[in-house]
Amino acid sequence: MERQNQDYFDRAAAGWNRFIGWIDARVPLSSFVRSQATEYYAPKNFNFWYYFGVLSLVVLVIQIVTGIFLTMNYKPSAEDAFASVEYIMRDVEWGWLIRYMHSTGASAFFVVVYLHMFRGLMYGSYKAPRELLWIFGMLVYVALMAEAFMGYLLPWGQMSYWGAQVIISLFGAIPKIGEPLALWIRGDFAISDITLNRFFALHVIAMPLILILLVVFHLVALRHNGSNNPDGIEIKKNLGPDGHPVDGIPFHPYYTVKDLVGVILFAIVFAVVVFFVPEMGGYFLEHANFEPANPLVTPEHIAPVWYFTPFYAILRAVPDKFLGVLAMGAAILVLFVLPWLDRHPVKSMRYRSSLYKLALIVFAATFIVLGYLGLKPPTRFFSELSLRLSELYFLFFLVSWAYSKTRSRGFHFGLFAGVLVLLAILDAVRWDPINGSLMLQMYLIPAVYLAIFLLLPVFTRLNESKPVPERVTF
Amino acid sequence: MKRIIACLLLALAPLGAMAASADVELDRARNNLANTASLQRGAKYFVNYCLGCHSLQYVRYNRLAEDLLLTEQQLAENLMFTADKPTEMMTIAMRPEDAERWFGVTPPDLSLTARARGADWIYTYLRSFYVDKSRPIGVNNTVLPNASMPHVLAPLQGYQKATFEEGVDADGNPTRHFSGFTEPEGGAMSPEEYDEVVRDIVNFMVYVAEPVQLRRQEIGMGVLAFLMVLFVFAYFLKREYWRDVH
Repeated sequence: MERQNQDYFDRAAAGWNRFIGWIDARVPLSSFVRSQATEYYAPKNFNFWYYFGVLSLVVLVIQIVTGIFLTMNYKPSAEDAFASVEYIMRDVEWGWLIRYMHSTGASAFFVVVYLHMFRGLMYGSYKAPRELLWIFGMLVYVALMAEAFMGYLLPWGQMSYWGAQVIISLFGAIPKIGEPLALWIRGDFAISDITLNRFFALHVIAMPLILILLVVFHLVALRHNGSNNPDGIEIKKNLGPDGHPVDGIPFHPYYTVKDLVGVILFAIVFAVVVFFVPEMGGYFLEHANFEPANPLVTPEHIAPVWYFTPFYAILRAVPDKFLGVLAMGAAILVLFVLPWLDRHPVKSMRYRSSLYKLALIVFAATFIVLGYLGLKPPTRFFSELSLRLSELYFLFFLVSWAYSKTRSRGFHFGLFAGVLVLLAILDAVRWDPINGSLMLQMYLIPAVYLAIFLLLPVFTRLNESKPVPERVTF
Repeated sequence: MKRIIACLLLALAPLGAMAASADVELDRARNNLANTASLQRGAKYFVNYCLGCHSLQYVRYNRLAEDLLLTEQQLAENLMFTADKPTEMMTIAMRPEDAERWFGVTPPDLSLTARARGADWIYTYLRSFYVDKSRPIGVNNTVLPNASMPHVLAPLQGYQKATFEEGVDADGNPTRHFSGFTEPEGGAMSPEEYDEVVRDIVNFMVYVAEPVQLRRQEIGMGVLAFLMVLFVFAYFLKREYWRDVH
């Protein structure tokens, strides 16, 4: 009996091998699996932060699959869109689950992508030789914002309508070509059925294709040089006698089983939102969006969805519409050139100076507070604070550039004085006697920031990097 | 410069809100979706007092029967006054043009009001009508000032008067703050009984805004339990594989 079984298994294995051989003779399946998984060596010291890459991919799949099913029941017309969403929520079998997964997925996408990007900042993952990896990632992020913006119009609620109205009107701020451009995007003088139809086409076909293509480029770039790691050390510099990195382990099975744990943990958090708090207190599904779009009635307070609000706060803070649009664009574009601004040889913040670590923490805090301010109605105090925090947002990149190498005392003093004067000039241009004292008080925010990050390196040893070890810490 | 800021704000957030919400503190509705009897009473009140003018255009009668544990006969006898078939939507016969001529505005559909405004808002709104001779319908509302809706529930609650504190603000402009209601007169119910009726209506409207919420959390518990078991297996699988990584 046992021999018979053995014989059976041998024959099955031989058959399987013949089958794989047949495929390999036609497409390079086995070599692809080897190069991408079983013989692709990843650093063994990945921490918690390294889950967010694979989680982005998981959310992308969730969005595409749920999106396909939503499309089967959604009607892209101003007349029917709102009602068809309620039809999905009430009459379509499991429609509510599909829709909540898609709406929660949109926010989850930005949560994991923001954390993924911050991981890149912390461990210097954008530095040579991974500049293009970073740029492809940034392109994914921009495409994702466009995808989310167009998808948000589709439920055709009040916030969908007025949010799109506000954002598209921004293009109108561009001199000369602005208004024709806004008209061209809308296809009408206001957001209308035509706009809804084209946003639907872009949301379900054009942007997903672009997104997937960019994700493939991002992954090709990743696999080419391999992942960075929390120590910022190239594992390929320490090869063992077998030619493999000493500190690397095959992606499969080690990281496939580890990522599985992360994916299940994520699924638990995701399920808590989907089943218990799908509106997430009005942040994932805004209350005003449960009223159908009405071009005649403007909601009391229009705020974009939370993931856009840091940039919205920057836009609103600048007291000139066109300059505000430019500032918002610059806030995103400056991230693209980060690899050429921060050229410090040490990658990971673990071995960067204390001051750099502080600058990174302040940058993250600034981004979060800007996000909060973008949700709130603009009071005098909030507007001024938004402007000062917008200045800090950009100053982080200046500090990153200044810290790239050892600079002279004169450089530090000169840069400090120069930026202070520049900011003072900007304040003089927008001087407003009613807000005068508030403006002057809040001038301290960038002033103190600059003093800490540009003067302390001169007087203290807080800007000295730590020695980077030879091998990764595990 | 201030003008530029003002222009910017105007451009970004067109302010045209018709019915600005008043800064009234909302009372907690404390409704309970698990209370099916309350939902059934709420459905009855809604059909009798609200459905004349306000539709529930996304709701089917037979879905009510299913979720509120009613038989088709109970449904037909107690709730379906204008519909023929239980699969019909809870629409109304009043035409929007007529409604606008009679009330000034078309009474909105109430399918999603509980999600747009919140349960506490409806609960407070329905208890905040007061006599105001300056209004064409004779009543006003502190939660939605100058609302066009008559006090439909007056036979139950009666009519109350609102008291306001008149004052002057820092810039010398007269102010008027709502300070409270007088005891309602002429209603069939005590204030406590009336609050219960409103709570039932609110409970029903919260249910109607998202019928699946009765089942959603139950399914969620099952999903979470499954994922947690899966997590245990995945965790030990990972630990087993990673034993040889040093």
